[in-house]
Amino acid sequence: MSLTLAAAACGGGGGEPAAPATSVADPMKITGEVTWWDTTRPDSEGPTFQALIKEFEAAYPGIKVKYVNVPSDQAQNQFQTAAQAGSGAPDVIRSEVAWTSQFASLGYLQPLDGSRAVDQPGDFLPGPSSSTKYNGKTYAVPQVTDTLALLYNKRLLKEAGHEEPPKTVAELKQTALDVKAKTGAEGLALNVDSYFLLPFMYGEGGDLLDVQNKKIVVDSPANVKAMETVADLISSGAAPKPATTESYANAMTALKEGKAAMIYNGPWALSEIYQGKEFQDKANLGIAPVPAGSVKAGAPTGGWNLAIYAGSKNIPAAYEFVRFMTTAKAQAKIAKEISLLPTRTSAYADPDVQGNQDVAVFKPIMDTAMPRPWIPEGGQLFQPLLEGYQDLVGGKSAPADMLKKVSEQYHGIMKDWS
Amino acid sequence: MAVSTRNAAAADARGRRRAGPGRLRRSFGAHWYAWAMVAPVLAVMLVLIGWPLARGVYLSLTDATEANIGRTIGVNVIPSTYEFVGLDNYLRILTSELFWDKLLWTVIWTVACVALHYGVGLALAVMLNRKLRFRSVYRVLLILPWAVPAFVAAFVWRYLYNSDYGVINGMLKLAGLGPVGWLDDPVTAKAAVIAVNVWIGVPFMMVALLGGLQSIPAELYEAAEVDGAGPWQRFRAITLPGLRQVSSTVILLGTIWTFNMFPIIFLVTRGGPGSETEILVTYAFREAFTGIRDYSGSAAWGVIILLMLVVLAVGYRRTLRSQGDPW
Repeated sequence: MSLTLAAAACGGGGGEPAAPATSVADPMKITGEVTWWDTTRPDSEGPTFQALIKEFEAAYPGIKVKYVNVPSDQAQNQFQTAAQAGSGAPDVIRSEVAWTSQFASLGYLQPLDGSRAVDQPGDFLPGPSSSTKYNGKTYAVPQVTDTLALLYNKRLLKEAGHEEPPKTVAELKQTALDVKAKTGAEGLALNVDSYFLLPFMYGEGGDLLDVQNKKIVVDSPANVKAMETVADLISSGAAPKPATTESYANAMTALKEGKAAMIYNGPWALSEIYQGKEFQDKANLGIAPVPAGSVKAGAPTGGWNLAIYAGSKNIPAAYEFVRFMTTAKAQAKIAKEISLLPTRTSAYADPDVQGNQDVAVFKPIMDTAMPRPWIPEGGQLFQPLLEGYQDLVGGKSAPADMLKKVSEQYHGIMKDWS
Repeated sequence: MAVSTRNAAAADARGRRRAGPGRLRRSFGAHWYAWAMVAPVLAVMLVLIGWPLARGVYLSLTDATEANIGRTIGVNVIPSTYEFVGLDNYLRILTSELFWDKLLWTVIWTVACVALHYGVGLALAVMLNRKLRFRSVYRVLLILPWAVPAFVAAFVWRYLYNSDYGVINGMLKLAGLGPVGWLDDPVTAKAAVIAVNVWIGVPFMMVALLGGLQSIPAELYEAAEVDGAGPWQRFRAITLPGLRQVSSTVILLGTIWTFNMFPIIFLVTRGGPGSETEILVTYAFREAFTGIRDYSGSAAWGVIILLMLVVLAVGYRRTLRSQGDPW
């Protein structure tokens, strides 16, 4: 008899449909532990996020946050492994914009429409917001956004006789050659990475995919022209032949030490650059839109979202955490301290954000940035392009051949695309 | 006496009647304790080795990927939609140019590495087998690379090879030579990974062969010397045959290890430039762990690699046995 009662009691408690998160009476009463995989640089960016977590824990005494820093180049892989295995996955992951739709398509992410995680969805910028959608549902909340810009050493450019940063690729080449001739430093340090090829492609009016027509257009004449431009920058000496391994670190070091005058990079690199000896005086760093190709100036939209693992045991707590970390106030703090760009329109009105020079420079660049195709395969497009870029730099294949090979590999990845 | 005979005969008759041909059953009856002793080991082996292996072989015959394997995660329910496709994966791999390219480089990599491991290891072992001052210091120093974890070694070497800030290019510069993009060119990158692997693998060979050398009786050398044999003759007639047992084992092991030497390639060059230094295992890993994971394709790669190594090991043993080696 008592057994039946106990069973009934259990059934009554567990069988009730879970109340929708929006109707939680008092979010302050939620308890639980939220594990967060952060992908920022632990030395330069991490402290700001850890300070935010302290604020969150103070505001929500029932919730503990476990902060785990996972290197950004490993997080995707590790999350997939853990999510698939069903154990070890974090409650909240900082997901790169290109990963989000992939994770969502694999069923790893909690749908967030109408939940407390998304506060005022209309306030988010359209570009970053578009990256959180998959099949019409929302699977993440944009945390920070970014794009590429031309970062340059003002002193070196001035010594080479250029007050203004180059506005076109032709000017870029000339400026770089002048720097090399007059200062002894290198002009432009290239980073052999697919993402950094995109400004050149967009500049000529090219793109990787034509999503609307499900067409692979990576080997278009516009892109061939873009690759020829890159090859010409190297062969003319405007950019030294880059190493294909460690080229990101090498390009950063070259800029920081004043060994190269210009690089392409995004706001995430700023806090690291300011640690370099050449930029003890922050004013020496110039930030300009990427130089235009023959068609326009265009850089890709990047950035990071916060997403919740669907198998999380602490979903209500995770909702609150994501909500807190993406408020305009939190974004303003991040922008103020480490210059990462807010994803909320309202955050740009914050005096802290308006007072940040880097953000002020990046905001207009952001407005012209090109959203990338947010498809599940989006994350797979970079490896073939990277191999092609390495072949191009190594002189192993000509621009047209290289893109043809990339296109073949894309057809292998997306079999029903033309 | 009579009783026991009768009992034994009866048992015998009963056994024959019951089991018919049942040799297995009779052996089980007689050796049940042995079976019972082995059973736990067998069970563990089946669970730890047999099951994953069988599952891998099964997956290689399907079109399973991360997207179509069924699972339920929280509110998301994804049904299983992968299908049995027979030998399609194998056909696709074996007819691709890429596979043969990678196989060729894997074979070159393995042969070059093992030959250098063995050659350098033997030379060092012979040197260290002599009586000389500070012998134990040399031995410790030479064993050091083996004690360094592979990933640490890989990162150190990666730094040494860095084309702009690396130590090797720094020294070239001091010598008045231009920098070399060690990891940027297919040829130098291949030489570079082989060099790293040789550095890591020589100590093991050296220690194993040193052990072998010390087990050769000194009297043989004395007798040979009395007979007037020179150093080279002694080396060929005594040292090499004396090392045969050890050599054949370490070469087989070295071949299998090098063939599957994942960390060096993966960490030093990431398979680059392009995918030039990618060996079969690192390529299979890339199939399995980038983008939406291709479980079936990488399982097929794995099975092919396994089969090649099994064939190699069996063939190698046969050859040795036909030459009179006991194992």
